Amino acid sequence: MRINCPLCGERDRREFYYLGAADYLDRPSEGASEAMHRYLHIRKNPTQLTKDLWQHEAGCAAWLVIERNVTTHEILSVALANETAK
Amino acid sequence: MGYNALRILKEGLTGNSGWKPIWRSPQPKSEYDMIIVGGGGHGLSTAYYLAKNHGITNVAVLEKGHIGSGNIGRNTTIVRANYFLPGNSEFYSHSLKLWEGLEQELNYNVMMSQRGVIMLCHSDGQRDAFARRGNAMINQGDDAELWSPEKVRAEIPYLDFDNTRFPIYGGLMHGRGGSARHDAVAWGYARGADRLGVDLIENCEVTGIDVVGGVVKGVHTSRGVIRAKKVGIVTAGRSSQVAAMAGIEVPIESHVLQAFVSEGLKPAIDHVISYGMGHFYISQSNKGGLVFGGDLDFYASYAQRGNLPMMEHVMEAGMTLMPAIGKAKVLRSWGGIMDMTPDGSFVIDRTAVDGLYMDCGWCYGGFKAVPASGWCMAHLMAEDRPHEVAKRHTFERFETGEGLMDEEGTGSQHNLH
Repeated sequence: MRINCPLCGERDRREFYYLGAADYLDRPSEGASEAMHRYLHIRKNPTQLTKDLWQHEAGCAAWLVIERNVTTHEILSVALANETAK
Repeated sequence: MGYNALRILKEGLTGNSGWKPIWRSPQPKSEYDMIIVGGGGHGLSTAYYLAKNHGITNVAVLEKGHIGSGNIGRNTTIVRANYFLPGNSEFYSHSLKLWEGLEQELNYNVMMSQRGVIMLCHSDGQRDAFARRGNAMINQGDDAELWSPEKVRAEIPYLDFDNTRFPIYGGLMHGRGGSARHDAVAWGYARGADRLGVDLIENCEVTGIDVVGGVVKGVHTSRGVIRAKKVGIVTAGRSSQVAAMAGIEVPIESHVLQAFVSEGLKPAIDHVISYGMGHFYISQSNKGGLVFGGDLDFYASYAQRGNLPMMEHVMEAGMTLMPAIGKAKVLRSWGGIMDMTPDGSFVIDRTAVDGLYMDCGWCYGGFKAVPASGWCMAHLMAEDRPHEVAKRHTFERFETGEGLMDEEGTGSQHNLH
């Protein structure tokens, strides 16, 4: 699997750290325990297209939102996390 | 149909023409007392114990493919009860006891081989942690022995003991652990359940779950509607999708775990050896192939095949631990889909829907749990209360934070196990 970093170009998957579903960008306000539980634990866990947060850890260190097909390994889009509305 | 030496001899002399299918292929009835979704190891053992322990025989197991065609048909077959935390400790202890009597229970050769499972340690701290784990195992009533480096060297001489980065400081031997024949376990439970009256319905995919007023009424399948008072979802690897049919969301992220088998070799590796520092474990199958694996690929996946970086990492770890295996050729590899929970432990629990139960979240350790998982899931479905050894394995623990079972001590969020 190769990932096309918007800043660095196409790089090996090994340079990237996977965090999890891009739902992590949607952090609930403090004190909302039910919402926080859903945010931390509950996952849609789709079988086809997913949007996930990755970091180009061994490169530019940018956080990325990567749209990916989890059944075929195909990567559909890569965007900088701080420039993307989820 | 019994199995014995005389029978095998007779069949051998008569062209093996007398063997018959060992379970029926019934048409699904329109209604059952209980339905188990998923004809893998856990689903089959659940059905078996519903019939055997609770006398509930009007049960159907619905399997979208053929019996035993999921992860029970492809795994690294390790059986052990070397857990530390309350909850996991008593559950896997119960499972190992069931394993020890399984062949007699099922009259089926599951090739249970208690060859010993050793976890190697590589620092003073890790040895101390293993001593503590060994004491926990002994307190649970299981067996554990802390092996010195000399003892490990005497028993397993081909390891690289003086490795610069991870020298071997000893190991924790769990002698009653070992391996079993994976698909024989599925076939044995299938045959046992069938004989007790359970209908095993193959090629029957569940496409929907009927819920009326918060109560489960039955399922829609590729072979029609089937009604039931209680439904158990036992579909690890696809838990999120099946749960979603009833409007339930679960704390599961699916990941791929790879494993590998080498060409057949003469007997060389006597035990199951795990090398935690390198993320590597290995045993040798009865056919001679080295069976080994490592860690997850570490990204959400349903691909049933992994990526090359983890494959390379596993090979490197194996070569580091036992350089001799470098000459063996890898015959095949595969990737299985794992239900990963935030704390790395499983769930056997009720759901928000009355009459709907789930057995899921087995992470990468479902095989050794097959007997006790079925035992406890059957208990939950029959009695509507959790079995003593699985009562901590709830969905609620993630919401409240109480009773999390983070065996690795890495935290309780996704992507940490």
